[in-house]
Amino acid sequence: MVKISKGQRLIISGLVILLSFVSGYLNFNPIVRDAFMIAAAFVAGYPIALNAFRAIKYGIVGIDALVTLAVIGALIIGEYWEGAAVTFLFMLGAYLESKTLEKTRSAIKSLLDLAPNTARVIRDDKEIEIPAEEVMIDEIVIIKPGEKIPVDGTIVEGSSYVNQSAITGESIPVSKTIDDTVFSGTVIESGYIKVRADRVGEDTTFSRILQMVEEAQDKKAKTQKFLEVFSRYYTPGIIILAVLVLIITQDIELALTLLVIACPGALVISTPVSIVAGIGNGARHGVLIKGGEVIEKLGTVKVLAFDKTGTLTVGRPKVTKLKAFHGQEEELLKLTAIAEAYSEHPLARAILEEAGKSFENLPSPEDSEIIAGHGLKAKVEGRTILVGNRRLMEISNIKIAQEVEEYISQEESSGQTVVITADMDRVLGVISIADDIRDGAVELIRRLKTKGIKKIVMLTGDNERAAAAIANKLGLDAYYAELLPEGKVEMLKKLQDSYGTTAMVGDGVNDAPALASADFGIAMGGAGSDVAMETADVVLMSAELNKLSYAIGLSRATVINMKQNIYFAIAVVMVLIAGVLLKLVFLSSGMLIHELSVLLVIINAIRLLGYGEKNNDTAK
Amino acid sequence: MINRTFQLETLTCPNCAAKIETVLKKMKGVKDVEVLFSSSRAKVSFEEDTTNQDEIKKTIESLGYDVLGVK
Repeated sequence: MVKISKGQRLIISGLVILLSFVSGYLNFNPIVRDAFMIAAAFVAGYPIALNAFRAIKYGIVGIDALVTLAVIGALIIGEYWEGAAVTFLFMLGAYLESKTLEKTRSAIKSLLDLAPNTARVIRDDKEIEIPAEEVMIDEIVIIKPGEKIPVDGTIVEGSSYVNQSAITGESIPVSKTIDDTVFSGTVIESGYIKVRADRVGEDTTFSRILQMVEEAQDKKAKTQKFLEVFSRYYTPGIIILAVLVLIITQDIELALTLLVIACPGALVISTPVSIVAGIGNGARHGVLIKGGEVIEKLGTVKVLAFDKTGTLTVGRPKVTKLKAFHGQEEELLKLTAIAEAYSEHPLARAILEEAGKSFENLPSPEDSEIIAGHGLKAKVEGRTILVGNRRLMEISNIKIAQEVEEYISQEESSGQTVVITADMDRVLGVISIADDIRDGAVELIRRLKTKGIKKIVMLTGDNERAAAAIANKLGLDAYYAELLPEGKVEMLKKLQDSYGTTAMVGDGVNDAPALASADFGIAMGGAGSDVAMETADVVLMSAELNKLSYAIGLSRATVINMKQNIYFAIAVVMVLIAGVLLKLVFLSSGMLIHELSVLLVIINAIRLLGYGEKNNDTAK
Repeated sequence: MINRTFQLETLTCPNCAAKIETVLKKMKGVKDVEVLFSSSRAKVSFEEDTTNQDEIKKTIESLGYDVLGVK
């Protein structure tokens, strides 16, 4: 059998229909005209009938079977034009739909094209080019200006400006130098770097984002599930109606027309196309939304709960003041730093960083034990040292003198976080640490409120006064301080009960349980953090706060787009049924309306690809 | 039990996805099928001693859909 493409088949059947019209116009024998029409119906109808036949072998009566039946019926009752037109329109519709559908999926496809192909590595002292996925961990990769970084890695030589838009959606180049992390898929704009590969192939952040985006596009929205159930009953319902109409009215044409409109095409496609376009748009702008259900929910958020450190603040706390109550300030810093040597806590890192300026090669503690949410207990030079918050002192029965308490209160009221260092007898001193509020945080909070978020709150493990200071500066509705990780989870439950859908926004580093337990979790600066990418429902790849309002705006726009599609599709279905029953719509016009409605729904979804927040850039 | 993902030609209607899903589910040895409309993929888990990748591929093709790749 000669294989001809769908496009060619369409052109041929169109031409044959045209021939039929021409012969009719030239007053040829009507048999010639009808023969052309029948031929056209066969040309375009053949693949439809073939598909119908293939499905029937498996016991499935699909839309192809119904159209085939309708066309055969039309030919039998002598409606040759109707038969030809229905097959032609059906094929044309399918052809245009596949072209336009590709467009809705194009945003996601274009991400795939950003994947790096080759890598230049040093092997046996020689520079060689290999496929990107063949780079081995710890290998040194060389990247020149204009090239894509093929791995996730750490710069070991050189410095450069890197365009990270493939990951973060942000096209302003970022300066990177030795010891900085670079991501696969990002592009070197200038400079020359050597990178040690930390993650390669499918483990890179970029590949994982791709996998998640691909999975996300098929995670169905609730509406979609409902519509699928609806269509499962709609099609057989219309067939039964057609049979009844045939029996009661004996009107074959009417019954056949019903068969043609038995597929609620626009309705079943209405939500998936919007979701694909919405998720694609997000992915291109550094916003990873994990599926249709998340989009639907994100549009209805009532409460946003922010983690403080790393989310509303930069997350790089710095030591601002040292105060020793017994001994020297320098000794206090040294002792505390040794005790904290193994701690991963951000506050500990701030202290270690500060100590690193004055001391070299500090010894390690002989022993150290983390007391979660409170601090730690360590053995330094034979002494037991406690480093932590007030509660650690309370549970260890260390008295905080009046003078010390006053000092702490004063520091906290100015937004400082204090770390208390004590031995088993008394408080030795206090270290004040502060974290800067992120750029654009105030603006973001203001903008979120205009977007209909009822309540914006902050959850933090930090002390009451420091939390109050930041909450005031940002204009938050409420704050909940001194929360342990479990406390954050409980607080989220309360918020959900009293206000409705609650989203937790965090950096995913120390708030993973909260991200997982909220109605949904939004992780910021997700690139590079596995836990955040896995547990969150929405991942903002960069740490820029304005992406959050973009994500919410995009979700709203997607939900609106979906609703427009659904209402339109339902209207079309009703108009079609009414039109058919009132004998205003026949085979070919029924098919025309049907296919047009499907196309309009897809075109409406394509509009979403152009969604953008105009004031987004000026806000920075 | 083996899991395979079949990349299909672009699916143009959710009904096509449902059709492929129904047919594959009826195959002997096939335990679980999910046909994804937007990414045009079929995720199939099957018993390797009852059926195999080629048979599943042939079944999809016999319905008139090209299989572009298997992962």
